[in-house]
Amino acid sequence: MRITQGTFSFLPDLSDEQIGRQIQYALDRGWAISIEHTDDPHPRNTYWEMFGQPHFDLRDAAVVLREMTTAREEHPRRYIRVSAYDARYGRQTTALSFIVQRPPHEPGFRLDRQQGPGRTERFALHAYAADRPADERYGD
Amino acid sequence: MPTRRTVPRTNATAIDVERDDGALDLDGAYRASDIGAVLAQLDDDLVGLAPVKSRVRDLAALLLIDRLRAQLGMDTQPPTLHMSFTGNPGTGKTTVALRMGSILKGLGYLRRGHLVAVTRDDLVGEYVGHTAPKTKEALRKAEGGVLFIDEAYSLHKPENERDYGSEAVEVLLAAMEERRDDLVVVFAGYRERMERFFNSNPGLRSRIGLHVDFPDYTRPELLTIAERMLAQRGYRFDDEGRRAFDEYLDLRMLQPQFANARSVRNALDRARLRQASRLVARGGMVTREELSIIDAQDVRASRVFSAR
Repeated sequence: MRITQGTFSFLPDLSDEQIGRQIQYALDRGWAISIEHTDDPHPRNTYWEMFGQPHFDLRDAAVVLREMTTAREEHPRRYIRVSAYDARYGRQTTALSFIVQRPPHEPGFRLDRQQGPGRTERFALHAYAADRPADERYGD
Repeated sequence: MPTRRTVPRTNATAIDVERDDGALDLDGAYRASDIGAVLAQLDDDLVGLAPVKSRVRDLAALLLIDRLRAQLGMDTQPPTLHMSFTGNPGTGKTTVALRMGSILKGLGYLRRGHLVAVTRDDLVGEYVGHTAPKTKEALRKAEGGVLFIDEAYSLHKPENERDYGSEAVEVLLAAMEERRDDLVVVFAGYRERMERFFNSNPGLRSRIGLHVDFPDYTRPELLTIAERMLAQRGYRFDDEGRRAFDEYLDLRMLQPQFANARSVRNALDRARLRQASRLVARGGMVTREELSIIDAQDVRASRVFSAR
């Protein structure tokens, strides 16, 4: 099951050239870029792990792309996303965020049902990948 | 995932100037690269500096020809674009470096063409292991543009062999080699001290392709500069004021710590102060004319005259 989230969730995965142009767009607006990765695909997993420090005051997307390539090499089986933070007063939020790498195989989610008192029923999303310990998910 | 491709190294597409007989349209290439306009602006905006301008023009021509040769598949070595700008303070080194960025961008040698000006403080750390990340940070910010290192000779402190400056130079050298195609490093500083700096590190000199020497301005050039600076802020000299300022320059140029255009700028700032207090002290009605005139009195109140 293909996980989607962020700005271009409805589009097919971007090519590196397209990623570069999105990053350049963000840099031209003075947004700080950061690269994050995770192997927990749950939609409520908002805070991913940072890869290196956020990039402030950059002008050229090539720096971020190089960093992204390093991140892909170090974490070939994790989700990696690029996010751009707009620090302007009055906005101060993530302005752009999209996935730049996903694991080769995404097993998807199981829906767990739990019976409660009376006729209540609770639901939970359970990622099949999360059955295995962190760092061993999305193995072969 | 889509195939991983690296980003193209230059922002410029091939110049489309090839004719049917295989010859290239040099004029078309010149126009397309936009350097004509930048060079003309360099000529117009900067007073004097004839040797600098001709060096810049030579370089632009060489790079343009290189591009055309590459397009025909002829053998071209990637040019070494790192430069050293030597000259006294206030001779326009930063300004020319800024223009250099636009020229190199126009020719497709830099993607962004921006200027990041740093000094020793921005490159050298305070403790062991602090220098390399700091220098790399500066290099990251400058990537795709020009890294301008002002007073670069201060990176070399022979009297202290534990100084971290040499570490910064090593990191710079590595980056200059590695990212030759999208980063230009400009070392700037006083002539003699830069000479010593380059002698201290032979690897550095060989990696610098262009040495440009910035001559001091002559007195008429400084006067022209002063008038342009005033015009930019909506001021001007009256005839007496201009004569007074010419005399001022004559005296000031002989004094120590004369910093060319920078000294002129400071002198003008002080003259504006005196003009303002002269007008306020007089009170009453004031005309547009009076608000924009710097007269002899404003100039002659300077300490330079009283020291005589």
